[in-house]
Amino acid sequence: MSGLVAIVARDVVLALRAGGGAVQAALFFALAVLVFALAVGPDLDTLAELAAPVLWTAALLSTLVSLDRIFQADFEDGSLDVMIETADLLELVVLAKAVAHWLTSALPLIIAAPVLALLLNLPQEGYGPLLLSLAIGTPALSLIGALGAALTLGMRRAGALVSILVGPLYAPTLIFGVGAAKAGLEGAPSYGPSLLLLGAVTLFAAALAPLAGAAAIRFNMR
Amino acid sequence: MVTEYANPEKFSRLARPFIPALGAMSVLLFTAGLYYALFNSPADYQQGETVRIMYVHVPAAWMALFCYAAMAGASAAGFIWKHPLADVAAKATAPIGAVFTALALVTGSLWGKPMWGTWWAWDARLTSVLILFFLYLGYIAIWETVEERARAARLAAIVAIVGAVNLPVVKFSVDWWNSLHQPASVFRAGGPTIHESMRPPLFFMAFAYMTTYGALLLVSMRAELAARRLARLETLATEKISGVRPE
Repeated sequence: MSGLVAIVARDVVLALRAGGGAVQAALFFALAVLVFALAVGPDLDTLAELAAPVLWTAALLSTLVSLDRIFQADFEDGSLDVMIETADLLELVVLAKAVAHWLTSALPLIIAAPVLALLLNLPQEGYGPLLLSLAIGTPALSLIGALGAALTLGMRRAGALVSILVGPLYAPTLIFGVGAAKAGLEGAPSYGPSLLLLGAVTLFAAALAPLAGAAAIRFNMR
Repeated sequence: MVTEYANPEKFSRLARPFIPALGAMSVLLFTAGLYYALFNSPADYQQGETVRIMYVHVPAAWMALFCYAAMAGASAAGFIWKHPLADVAAKATAPIGAVFTALALVTGSLWGKPMWGTWWAWDARLTSVLILFFLYLGYIAIWETVEERARAARLAAIVAIVGAVNLPVVKFSVDWWNSLHQPASVFRAGGPTIHESMRPPLFFMAFAYMTTYGALLLVSMRAELAARRLARLETLATEKISGVRPE
């Protein structure tokens, strides 16, 4: 347990001190939203309707591009070998890595989301559901992403492969996340059921991803 | 008994006669099935003649699920018991299952245009089958990317097992959500609701698909085993010539 906290703390400190990982995540997120908004055009009603889906898609994309940060550096400098040798449970290392990824890549997005939602003309009653859905759903993105990163560990051109592997597994998170976030719109159903299903997806990912991810790392490091 | 056929040589030899047998059965079943489906079955009172697309579509969709289940099951067997043929079977199943899935998607789309008035709808059943298709492609991509066979097999097995989460979603999507797609009418509690006259073509086609899968699987598995053997022999020959391991 203390090892888990130590890994999380180490990764967060590394991300904060070594070359602005957290800032980069938020910047990519903002850029993705900007590109969407430019493509949709300046019509405020259309933007309001698309705000939640665009923010969720941008969150998914910025998670995808940051996945190589989870294990790659530790794999290259040998830290991962040490973790495998010393950790009681490799599964907990994977979980810690996913938590650290969420803290450094997803949390900045959630903080930036309200500002970007403002630019997208999200109606006022939509902010609560949007932030709640991001807070509950993005851990699933980090966890499933950690599995994808573990599967493609040490491979050349892993970026495309990890997207192919992880993309389909992200579908439920995206569907229920957007479903819950849309609740603020006029005529949209209440966000309760979607939010519960989103929570279920996150819990399921928390149970499955560390197991499968640890197995993948063992096979890749052999 | 299972371990007895684990010897690749023995398996290849025993599988050989099954290929023409299954192939011939598949041709016969397709002939009978297509005859029934196209000429000797009634048009539907609502769907008209387009119901005949169903005889291609429904078994393809069954096979899409069946192949994935077989692939995940074989992957699990390879993972747990290290059965040497399990990974070969899983790898050989993937492209066949992907083609069945694509066939189900395309025929469903062709039927959807006249019946639903649209080629595609983003509803639960269609979306989950599309995701199934991408899971197949992801599985194949692992095999394509990882050069070392043993490592590729283990990693691909993880992908197949994790992706199996999608199977119940595909199966029950029509019950859990309000779907445009109709619910099950053949394998359901309380007996089939599909009309008697439509059952023979459906079952002939289903068994035709099944035997086709069997024949293709064995061909593909034998080819993979032969390729592995060839690679091994080439390595041995190179070692002998270069004197890495003098005899």
